[in-house]
Amino acid sequence: MSVELLTLAFERPPIDWHAFAPEITLLCAGALITLVDIVFLEKARPYTAALAGLGVLATLIPILTLALDGADRTMFGGAYVVDDFALITKAIFLLSGYVVILLSTNYVAEGDYWENEYYGLLLASLMGMVMMASSRDLISIFVALELLSIPAYLMVAWRKRDLRSNEAGLKYYLMGVFASAVMLYGMSLLFGVAGSTQLTHIADALVDAGPSVAVITMGIVFVVAGFAFKVSAAPFHTWAPDVYVGAPTPVTAFLAVASKAAGFVALLQLIYVGFYSRPEVFEPLIWILAAVSMTVGNLIALRQTNLVRLMAYSGVAQTGFIIAPLAVAGHSGAIGDQALSAVLTYLAVYAAMNLGAFAVIITLARRSGSAEIESFSGAFHYAPAMTVAMTIFFGSLAGIPPLGGWFAKFEVFRVLATAGEPWGYALAVIAAVNAVIALYYYAAVLLKMWAEDAPEGDHRPVPFTPSLTSALVICGGVTLLFGVVPQVVARFTDVSLLALGG
Amino acid sequence: MENLLDGWGLTVATFSPMVGVAVMLLIPGAQEHRHKMVALVTSLWVALVAVLLLIEFDIGHTDRLQFAVDKVWIDVISSHYSLGIDGISLPLILLTVLIVPLCIIYSWNHFPEPHNPKAFLILILVLETGMVGTFVAQDLVLFFVFFELVLLPMFFMIAVWGGPNRRYASLKFFLFTLFGSALMLVSFLALFFLTGAESFVFADLADAVASHGVSRTAQLWIFGGMLLGFGIKVPMFPFHTWLPDAHTEAPTVGSVILAAVLLKLGTYGFIRIAIPILPEAAVEWAPWIGLLAVIGIIYGALGCLAQTDMKRLIAFSSVAHMGFVMLGIATLTDFGINAAVMGMVAHGLITGMLFFLAGSMKERYHTLEISRLGGLLVQAPRMGWIFGLCIMASLGLPGLAGFWGEFPAILSAYSPANGVPVETFRIYMVIAALGTVLAAGYLLWLLQRAAFGTPSDEFADDPNITDTTRDEWIAWVPMLVLIVAIGVYPNLVFRLSDGAVDASLHQCLKVDASELTAAQVEALGCADVYKISVGTSAGHAVVGG
Repeated sequence: MSVELLTLAFERPPIDWHAFAPEITLLCAGALITLVDIVFLEKARPYTAALAGLGVLATLIPILTLALDGADRTMFGGAYVVDDFALITKAIFLLSGYVVILLSTNYVAEGDYWENEYYGLLLASLMGMVMMASSRDLISIFVALELLSIPAYLMVAWRKRDLRSNEAGLKYYLMGVFASAVMLYGMSLLFGVAGSTQLTHIADALVDAGPSVAVITMGIVFVVAGFAFKVSAAPFHTWAPDVYVGAPTPVTAFLAVASKAAGFVALLQLIYVGFYSRPEVFEPLIWILAAVSMTVGNLIALRQTNLVRLMAYSGVAQTGFIIAPLAVAGHSGAIGDQALSAVLTYLAVYAAMNLGAFAVIITLARRSGSAEIESFSGAFHYAPAMTVAMTIFFGSLAGIPPLGGWFAKFEVFRVLATAGEPWGYALAVIAAVNAVIALYYYAAVLLKMWAEDAPEGDHRPVPFTPSLTSALVICGGVTLLFGVVPQVVARFTDVSLLALGG
Repeated sequence: MENLLDGWGLTVATFSPMVGVAVMLLIPGAQEHRHKMVALVTSLWVALVAVLLLIEFDIGHTDRLQFAVDKVWIDVISSHYSLGIDGISLPLILLTVLIVPLCIIYSWNHFPEPHNPKAFLILILVLETGMVGTFVAQDLVLFFVFFELVLLPMFFMIAVWGGPNRRYASLKFFLFTLFGSALMLVSFLALFFLTGAESFVFADLADAVASHGVSRTAQLWIFGGMLLGFGIKVPMFPFHTWLPDAHTEAPTVGSVILAAVLLKLGTYGFIRIAIPILPEAAVEWAPWIGLLAVIGIIYGALGCLAQTDMKRLIAFSSVAHMGFVMLGIATLTDFGINAAVMGMVAHGLITGMLFFLAGSMKERYHTLEISRLGGLLVQAPRMGWIFGLCIMASLGLPGLAGFWGEFPAILSAYSPANGVPVETFRIYMVIAALGTVLAAGYLLWLLQRAAFGTPSDEFADDPNITDTTRDEWIAWVPMLVLIVAIGVYPNLVFRLSDGAVDASLHQCLKVDASELTAAQVEALGCADVYKISVGTSAGHAVVGG
């Protein structure tokens, strides 16, 4: 017996290579970019973006084979899990990552920035997200979080000689580290209670610990607050506007969509696998975060004059919508499952419509060099296609059928109403009122683009590029598809985490 | 042929405009003529499909959903792609598919600034899909999607092609409507979950409410949410303030579509969804709806008397006319709701025509300031006579369509349905009757100031002011013919709507208690809610139901 134990201790843990194939593919793509750059130097520059894009797309292949295989794979004693939830979120990350690469192509090349490093970091950050989707252990969650955050700090400050970009980078870094510290503190408390970092063990310990243990409450609150920073939920959103404006716009799109989605994915895993037995702690917490985020984000967005800043506040408000279903998730297992698919549905639709909106902003700003809302006036006269595209994306963000966003919002309302609790209905009404407030600023931008004249009668056409056009086509197509045939997205997001956790 | 229509007729009618849109997107904007042709052919094709549907429609069973399609659409939320038409939706669909091609013909040679026929016509076709879709949808979620689909095109139509104050007006229109529909959506969802219905299909929901019994309070709240959503769209007093602004700023064609069809989406919602599914709550709310309706009638009329702009005046007259429609609906009787359906069709034709005329006059005079107009009958006699005819129709002259919307609505208030307070509605009846006098007042006054007399010096020798043009004749004649035809033979509409309306009402609303024995009243099981007792009559016999 003891001999067996000894030999076991020296053996490497069994690794399911198929389950790891996406991560390995992505790693290889990143390494290949670096190698190509070292070997071919300047000659490689035009191809870096394409290489990175291909790498991301190649990563989708093992995800597809894993999905077809269908079996849940658990590794390292449950710390790393590849199940349907992990696969669908990985796919969302990678597809958004691919669109971000498309958005970056011209921006990075024309700005004469360091392409190899840029794409290398982007892939590293994506790698963190892909790992996050499988992490069911406090340590692997934390490692994944840092892996996705640290490259993002660098990318925010990418415009090296621009003061705002530097400020944004520093701000994002300090805020991010602060959030990590808060979260780590919470994790240490939970570890103290459970004696293990694994979420399933923590779940068991929370059930055993009895109803009211202050340490557990504190632990949960700190961990959730830490991720509230990451997803820019009010009142932890203050970094977002400055960082969004200062960062290169493709990086902003990356932060607003992929990085935010990673925060949600971590939050979902923590709540569903770890904290599910404590609805009395996380439900009110999420309720407040959701209500405050929607209201604060929308009200401040009303007063913005810069479109990227507006997107930051609209992002805060959208965060409120995304987490709202979690406020009733503990009601029962069935509602928990519905809330999970509502959040995932929203994330998928949000990725498409928000990236699309950023694609339009980047395309139009290439011409005017400004993201002030004024400079988008009269776009209908010189860029009708862009204006229609923006209408699709903003209409979708506002939740107008038959654009994708309506179904996402509908799902949120549905879950809140299904719970049948007064709190759920109250949040649904707050959300309904907020949906109307949000419409005001989305519509105001659209009005400027459609109904006003271009500043100084400047009617030069917009320079199109293949990569931006394909990004727009992808996002627009997905946004419309999800709106008209919501069954498509609903089928993929109909997954459960509860089978594992409770 | 018949089978093809049965399975696909409604789908084709609803989505053909989108095919037209797809074709137009592929044609460069400079080829204006081609765009106009594609849009016209598409809308005529939709009209043809609708006429075929009318021919195949089984007039003996207007209460039955015909050409029905029911496929699962979004499985996770049990929403169905469920379409079908009965005698209530058919007249409104015919109205829609008539108005759209006429609008395209009318704007053929004069698109409002900033021109761009491609975008303008695309918006009209998208609107058509939304409007037809709303009238054929038989599933709440599908209905909601179509109901909202009309928002964006109308918003842009006002915002881009509208008058000087277009930004304010378009945003106001957008926000008001969306506010209503957001709360409406919450009540739709609450309805679905509280009843535990199988799906969002109307029939399932009605069954579920009837069999599972939702608490009374919940029903009242849900009805309240729908009242807000539909009431803003109608618009009912006090939610009407977006309407005068939207109408005044919208381009002519936008005003016509808004008045002729969009306002009907709200009243249609009451008749199709709110009342059949939640009859008990409807009884509770009926006095309040009736009150708002008569306030709307009087307030709209007084508003008209105070207007100096012709278009704004017509917009306020819409508030008053929709008040009559809502009064008919609030009685919850077969008679009243039939009057409402007739009122919707009549108002669509008449007020649509008035907005066409206002647009044509604006084009000639470049102003609609009533005090500066005058002498239309001298300068453009044919147009002046058409104007006179429409004014007469609008004020409810017997023999023209408007009469059959207004008069039965007032009459129906004399004897509302079981459970609805009779005395209150008789008071409403008197007030509404006074409203018709006011209507005659403001409309005749408008006619007198705008059409009679001699032209003012300003316009006396203006070569711009010509009589009705060819495009205008083509666009207007069908509407004028219908106004007269329905006026002379109102059964054109009543025959379609009567059976369907009757079937949509809960039996306890319409049962005549004076002929029942105590045991029969007991057997109904709803005597409390609808205040039915032996020997009392809510007055059904009076109207000869």
